[in-house]
Amino acid sequence: MSVIHEYIRSTKKFPHLWCPGCGYGVGLSALVRAIDSLGYSRNDVILISGIGCAARAPVYVDFNTLHTTHGRALSFATGIKLVKPHLHVIVIMGDGDALAIGGNHFIHSCRRNIDLTAIVFNNRIYGMTGGQCSPTTPKGDRATTAPYDNFDTSFDICNLAVGAGASFVARGTTYYAKQTERFIKMALAHKGFSVVEVISQCPTIYGRLNKMGGPVEMLKWQRDNAIPLEKVRQRWSDSTDPAGDLGGKILTGIFVNRETSEFVSEYYAMVARLNGSRKNGEAKT
Amino acid sequence: MRTKKSIKTNGTARLLQGNEACVHGALLAGVRFFAGYPITPSTEIAELLAHELPRVGGVFVQMEDEIAGMGAVIGASLAGAKAMTATSGPGFSLKQENLGYASFTEVPCVIVNVMRGGPSTGLPTAVGQGDIMQARWGTHGDHPIIALAPWSVNETLRLTIQAFNFSEKYRTPVILLLDEVIGHMREKVNMPKKSAIEVVERKRPDVPAHAYQPYEMTADLVPPFADFGSGYRYHVTGLAHDQWGFPTTRPDEVKSLVSRLRDKIENNRADICLSEEYRCEDAEHILVAVGSAARSAREAVEQARKKGIKVGLIRPLTVWPFPRRLVLHYAPLARRFVVVELNLGQIVLEVERLVAGKAKVESLTRYDGELITPAEIISRLVEEE
Repeated sequence: MSVIHEYIRSTKKFPHLWCPGCGYGVGLSALVRAIDSLGYSRNDVILISGIGCAARAPVYVDFNTLHTTHGRALSFATGIKLVKPHLHVIVIMGDGDALAIGGNHFIHSCRRNIDLTAIVFNNRIYGMTGGQCSPTTPKGDRATTAPYDNFDTSFDICNLAVGAGASFVARGTTYYAKQTERFIKMALAHKGFSVVEVISQCPTIYGRLNKMGGPVEMLKWQRDNAIPLEKVRQRWSDSTDPAGDLGGKILTGIFVNRETSEFVSEYYAMVARLNGSRKNGEAKT
Repeated sequence: MRTKKSIKTNGTARLLQGNEACVHGALLAGVRFFAGYPITPSTEIAELLAHELPRVGGVFVQMEDEIAGMGAVIGASLAGAKAMTATSGPGFSLKQENLGYASFTEVPCVIVNVMRGGPSTGLPTAVGQGDIMQARWGTHGDHPIIALAPWSVNETLRLTIQAFNFSEKYRTPVILLLDEVIGHMREKVNMPKKSAIEVVERKRPDVPAHAYQPYEMTADLVPPFADFGSGYRYHVTGLAHDQWGFPTTRPDEVKSLVSRLRDKIENNRADICLSEEYRCEDAEHILVAVGSAARSAREAVEQARKKGIKVGLIRPLTVWPFPRRLVLHYAPLARRFVVVELNLGQIVLEVERLVAGKAKVESLTRYDGELITPAEIISRLVEEE
C-alpha cells in the first residue's frame, strides 16, 4: 500500500471532484509524501484552503482540515498558528485564490514572515468557475472572460513572494513531481513563511481553451519548457530586467531560502519578556 | 495609550470609557485572542487589548484588513482560544462573509461593532445606530445570530462577558453593538470580582477520536467542539455539511443542518433574549429604544411622568433575536408604541410586525450624527396628547 493510501479519507470522500488529467492530485500526493517523510504526527498537521479546485484538496486527507472562504485561507491559518505554534499549518491555494482575492493576505503573510507553508497550485485559470482569467493567465492566452485573448499582464508568484519578504520560495511542476515534493519538504521544514508554486496542467479548461492538447501533451509541454533557475541565474544577474525575457518558459527551483526573524516566535518572545520568563509558550486557552 | 497598569478586578469602582469596559469584560470572560484592523470609533478596544493580551499570555495581532481580522479570529477559535475582533460599520460590512462562515461552521467568537453615523464612510466620529439590520441580515444566506446592545459603560462590561458566554454556550458568533456614544462616554463602573462572574466554556468532546462528529445532532442542538490539534481530526467547511463536517448536497442533510442552527437559538430565546422594562405597567405610550437612544428615552419617561403622561420604556439588551415577549405582552394594553432610534427606522419594523395593529406604532428617529434628546421625545409624546 502506498504512503498516500494511509492518509486519504478513502471511505468518506472519494471519488474526488478533479477532472481526469488534472495535476492537482499530483500536487496533493507530493504534499502528503513530504509530510510523511518528515514524520509529522497527523494530529499536528492543519491543512487549510480557500475556494476553487485546489481548495478541495484538504477534504481528501486525514489531517485537521479547514476549507475557508475565497482568498482568506492565510488569515484563518494565521489565527491557528498564533494560538497553537507547535502545529504544522499548511495552506493550499489556487492561483486565483492566492493572488487575486487573496492577494492582500498573501503579500502580508510574506511580509510578516509568519511560519506557515503556502502551496499555490497554479493552473493559470479559474477552473471551478469554468475558465475565467486568473492573475497568472499569461498575456495573449485565451479565457472565457478573455475571448479576444488576455491583454492583462500576469503575476509571477515567486518573484512577488520574494519581493514581499517570504523567506523560502520555490517553484516546481507536476511533471517533475519528485522535485516538487522535495521543495515542499524543504518548505515545511523551513522556519518562516514558505511558498511553493506548483505549475499544473488543466486539460479540461485551460488546455482546451488554448489548444494545448490533452494531459499528456500538457505534461510534455512542462517538461520541455521548465528551466532550472541555476541555469538562468547568470543571465539574470547580467540583465537590467531581473525577471529576464523567458519567452514563455517556466523557471523552476528555489528562488530564496534564508533565515530571518519569524513572526510567531518574535511574538512569544515578547510575551515571555513581559511576563519575566524566558520560556516561549503558546496562547493560553 | 495611557493605561500602564495592568487591569485589576478587585471589586472597586473605576472611571472607564465604554470601549475600555468592553476590553475589561472580554478579559474577565477569558478572551485570549484579538485580530482586527483600526477603525474609528472602535480603536481603543484594539489599543487596550494590544497592551493587555500579551500580559495574560494571549495574542493580539493587527491584520492587513478587516476581512483578515475576522478570518484570524475564526482560526484562533478553532484552535481553542476565546477570540474577538472590534470594528465599526464599514469594517463590519467587510467582515460579513467570514461572519456568515463562522455562523454556518459554528465557530464561537465575538464581533464588536461600535456603530457610527451614516452609510459609507459616513460620520466616523459621530453616533448612529444604522447597523441594527446589518447585524441581523448582513451576510448572505439565512442564519440565526445573537446581537447585544448595552446602554451604559457598566452594562458594556457585563454584556461583553455575556456575549462570550452566549458564543461559547451556543457555538455561534455573537455581535456586540455599541454606538459611538456608548463606546466613548466615561462612567463609573463597579468592577466585578472575578469570583462573582459566571464564565462559560465551550463543550468539548469526550468520545474517542474516531467517533467524534463535529456537527452531531445532539439533544441540545449544540454539538461539542474540539480544538484543532487536540487529536480530533475533522473537516470544517463553509459548504453545506453532514454531521462529520464533510460537504453534502443531500436535501435532508442540508435541511437538518440549517434547521438545527435556527433551533439552537430559537429554542433558547428565554435564555438569550435579555430586556428591561421600565414603568410599563400602566403605560399608554411605550417607548422602545436601545443603546444611547434608550438613555434619552428613559429620561423622557421620567420627565413625561411628572407632566402626568403615562409613559413606559422597553429596552432590548438582546436585539437579535428580538425580545418579542415584552412587545407582545404590552401590545394589547398600550395605546401606542414610539420606537426611538438613531437611524431611518430599523427596530420599528420589528415592533410593527409584533404589535400587528393592536396599537399605533410610530417611529421617532434622528440620523444627523447627533443624539436624540429627551425634549424631542417628550414633544412627540405631547404632540399627540
